[in-house]
Amino acid sequence: MAAYMSAGRSANAFSTHDFVPEWAQEEVSTGTTIMAVEFDGGVVIGADSRTTTGAYIANRVTDKLTPIHDHIFCCRSGSAADTQAVADAVTYQLGFHSIELDEPPLVQTAANLFQQMCYRYREELMAGIIVAGWDKRRGGQVYTVPMGGMIVRQPVSVGGSGSSYIYGFMDSNYKPGMTKEECLHFCTQALALAMERDGSSGGVARLAAITEEGLERRVVLGHQLPKFSNT
Amino acid sequence: MVGVEDLVHFRYYVSSKTINKLIQVHDRIFCCIAGSLADAQAVTKAAKFQISFHSIQMESPPLVKAAASVLKELCYNNKEELQAGFITAGWDRKKGPQVYTVALGGMLLSQPFTIGGSGSTYIYGYADAKYKPDMSKEECLQFATNALALAMGRDNVSGGVAHLVVITEEGVEHIVIPGDKLPKFHDE
Repeated sequence: MAAYMSAGRSANAFSTHDFVPEWAQEEVSTGTTIMAVEFDGGVVIGADSRTTTGAYIANRVTDKLTPIHDHIFCCRSGSAADTQAVADAVTYQLGFHSIELDEPPLVQTAANLFQQMCYRYREELMAGIIVAGWDKRRGGQVYTVPMGGMIVRQPVSVGGSGSSYIYGFMDSNYKPGMTKEECLHFCTQALALAMERDGSSGGVARLAAITEEGLERRVVLGHQLPKFSNT
Repeated sequence: MVGVEDLVHFRYYVSSKTINKLIQVHDRIFCCIAGSLADAQAVTKAAKFQISFHSIQMESPPLVKAAASVLKELCYNNKEELQAGFITAGWDRKKGPQVYTVALGGMLLSQPFTIGGSGSTYIYGYADAKYKPDMSKEECLQFATNALALAMGRDNVSGGVAHLVVITEEGVEHIVIPGDKLPKFHDE
């Protein structure tokens, strides 16, 4: 590449700002809204579908619900690269562990694998993950592994930049003992509210229900999302 | 021109034992402060004087919009030094009940309802979902109380006692709800 000099520039001829647009220099982030809810017999998980590099939407149809094993999923928020890398690593580790055990892995095991990696590399990583799934021992479970590497099991959990806006909604609308359909409805509403307020969340709402039978995925397109009178 | 909207708009603040975040700037106009308390108190003190003077000159109670404008001028002209946001609400003869928000840089916006302060981020979703136009006074009070309780439950710098003020043509009614009497949600 020819050296780039022009009047008025400093001796530092190699300024990345000139060769690449600003959005390409930003980190790719799943600034996001993710959530997971336990119900009797399984879990419902949900996420928006926006991936941003600065103000540019790199992917408007992202799938942030990543399978880790047959009945275990994770919802990713934070740096897209970091979360993909960690999820790949955990998928490998869990698959190996499951073969050793000769039985399906526990959700708690998957969650702890995430936690170990997120805690060990906490300075390098920017990853907030919710692990959710079903296993035979404890049924539907949701574990949240926020940035920093803590782990805690919760009946309902929200994460990502959009989550701040729906804590109030979550606290007031969640009731223990909801059915699968009620959970799906609750998630759809919460995601819609967050996507409306958070600039880093948007697109479509992706949902999944995980039970003993298996997996059921749904997509709620933008125009089908619930609308609220004030927005 | 009797208001088709509710005759009622609500004002509320959360105060600790030593901090008062609700300032009465005129008979039917209240101002809620957020941000740097020192800045906010200084601004509202100046605004109270200006509004009072304006009211005397005009020989009639000030418009809510005028009061909000006074705050806005102060915020905008001193935006470099100040760090305070306000919600101005009240009742006047011309337009009835109104709510105005004056944001950090001095933007003035009229809204049917609004939320502000550090705890407000947690209740945007709740407020969007639960608010409907043309609520009655009781519904408004319930809405505000619930929203406050939810925000106080999540925001570590909000708490203590919830104050609500109901402003109508007839007058001003002050309601105080101690923290332990606020509605509880499953988490607590």
